[in-house]
Amino acid sequence: MSFRIVVLAKQVPDTRNVGKDAMKEDGTINRAALPAIYNPEDLNALEMAIQMKEKIEGAEIIVLTMGPGRAAEVVRESMYRGADGGFVVSDMKFAGADTLATSYTLSMALRKLAPFDVVLCGRQAIDGDTAQVGPQTAEKLALPQVTYAESLVSVDAKSVTIRRRLERGVETMKAPLPCLITVGSSAKECRPRHAVRVMTYKYAATPSEMAASTDERRKAKVAADKRLQIGEWTANDLAAEPERLGLAGSPTKVKKIDNVVLVHKEAKSMDTSDKSINELMQELLASHIIG
Amino acid sequence: MNNVFVYCEVTEERGIADVSLELLSKGRRLADTLGRQLEAIVIGHNVPDLEKTLYPYGVDMIHYADDARLFPFTTLPHTSIVVNLAKELQPEILLFGATTIGRDMAPRVASNLLCGLTADCTSLEIGDHEEAKTGTVYKNLLYQIRPAFGGNIIATIVNPKTRPQMATVREGVMKKEIYKADYKGSLRKLDVNKYVDPADFACQIIDRAIEAQKVNIKGAQIIVAGGYGVGSRENFKLLYELAELLGGEVGATRAAVDGGFIEHERQIGQTGVTVRPKLYIACGISGSVQHRAGMDQSGKIISINTDPHAPMNAIADYVIKGSLLDVLPKMIKYYKENSK
Repeated sequence: MSFRIVVLAKQVPDTRNVGKDAMKEDGTINRAALPAIYNPEDLNALEMAIQMKEKIEGAEIIVLTMGPGRAAEVVRESMYRGADGGFVVSDMKFAGADTLATSYTLSMALRKLAPFDVVLCGRQAIDGDTAQVGPQTAEKLALPQVTYAESLVSVDAKSVTIRRRLERGVETMKAPLPCLITVGSSAKECRPRHAVRVMTYKYAATPSEMAASTDERRKAKVAADKRLQIGEWTANDLAAEPERLGLAGSPTKVKKIDNVVLVHKEAKSMDTSDKSINELMQELLASHIIG
Repeated sequence: MNNVFVYCEVTEERGIADVSLELLSKGRRLADTLGRQLEAIVIGHNVPDLEKTLYPYGVDMIHYADDARLFPFTTLPHTSIVVNLAKELQPEILLFGATTIGRDMAPRVASNLLCGLTADCTSLEIGDHEEAKTGTVYKNLLYQIRPAFGGNIIATIVNPKTRPQMATVREGVMKKEIYKADYKGSLRKLDVNKYVDPADFACQIIDRAIEAQKVNIKGAQIIVAGGYGVGSRENFKLLYELAELLGGEVGATRAAVDGGFIEHERQIGQTGVTVRPKLYIACGISGSVQHRAGMDQSGKIISINTDPHAPMNAIADYVIKGSLLDVLPKMIKYYKENSK
């Protein structure tokens, strides 16, 4: 029995560790100073995919990532932890895509991967925090969705049961397959790399990477082993409508960007003496802010 | 046609969620600016006092889908109803709470209608937009303002061409305010079967365990908040004492929560709740961008910190340089002696 699990993963700048050199002097973001990482919640999604694979014989995990060529790193990282293969969707035409254009692109790529049984992705990416691409992709493919997944309860050939984490509690939901699941950060962390898998898959590469490589040994290895061949698709391969891609296909436009600069108000500074504190309290009481 | 719409969430207790009432308040202002009407979409089952609750917020029309299968919320039927209503009524603006419900369904609605959607807006305004390339001017667009890139920038987003202009807003960001206590709108009950497909009920809720909200820091007028600088769970007791005395609540930063000093539900900031109290007393809080994003709309801010260069001091109205362990007992003492 074949059971195909697709994980949507994204390479993101690490916005959680914004150091001093992350902002340039003119107040814009210095992207070069931010390391590119595997979007954290996509790793939670990968873990859930691996758990599904363990429950269903013959299941395979395919990772799909959209981004520049270097995003192939995300596919390799997934392979080290348990994925069986992957595709990088990359094209200059995708540049400037908002979530609608991104979900269109991903949905076209997923159509090429059909038939699949489950699509898993992180709830949101840390560079945008929108949590929109998962549900938008599901809508384009008319798939039911389960968002905010925390743990896998059960899965079989026809359905999946998932525990969801909501603001004020939990909910267990059973959805028919195929469906799309977005996994939150409260879900189990992804297992670490597997040493044997690293030894095998470190050679895996996309055709572009192969073309740019001068390592003949690696080239020969990849050519001889299908598992090491990471797929690469452009807009043409997806048969996508050009006007729905990238900036052209994005209804939201950025009108203005303001860097967060502290607005300095006229602050009243004081020491910790009884007199100072008493005066402050008196002022707050007099202005009815407290009392 | 072309009115301002708000999707109103039905809570566990069969009321209308606060975030929806906040959005109606904002929606009323936007509608007034545009000279349009305000319409509410309510999807649920047996929601009592619907008209009495919603009209005072200036709602002109309630579209009510009432069916036992529509509560608790599931994605597909709610999405279908909103999508079909939008196709029928062509909203100018469509707003959702940035809750697990709003963030689950709004993207699907936008994806279906091929519209732009901006998540987690912190401010919504009406204004014009000139497209730099073509010089085309779009009048009266919805400015969707939100922090991005981990809170390091604030972006203003517009959707010049697509309608509705869609946005989600977190609870506590907009102010809930009665428009007119005796305002009267009208109620339209939807024929649910015309809006949903039986296949929309494919997902089944097997079990639910939802707790009543325990802590209500969002609604507190006074918040005494502590950061990592408070130092221990024991020291937090001082904050509780002052908060209780002033009739306020205790809040915390992520660092204090991660440090195990206090429970997560009191976390304020980008990954916690957003608050806008009259008075915010920041104790040992350096003031990261993420934390400030959740409290910088506070009326008055007092920053108590041993570090005179803490970023929090830059947005504070009063800066007390010193230890909270000195300052809080003095505040408590003065208040006990001098309040009536």
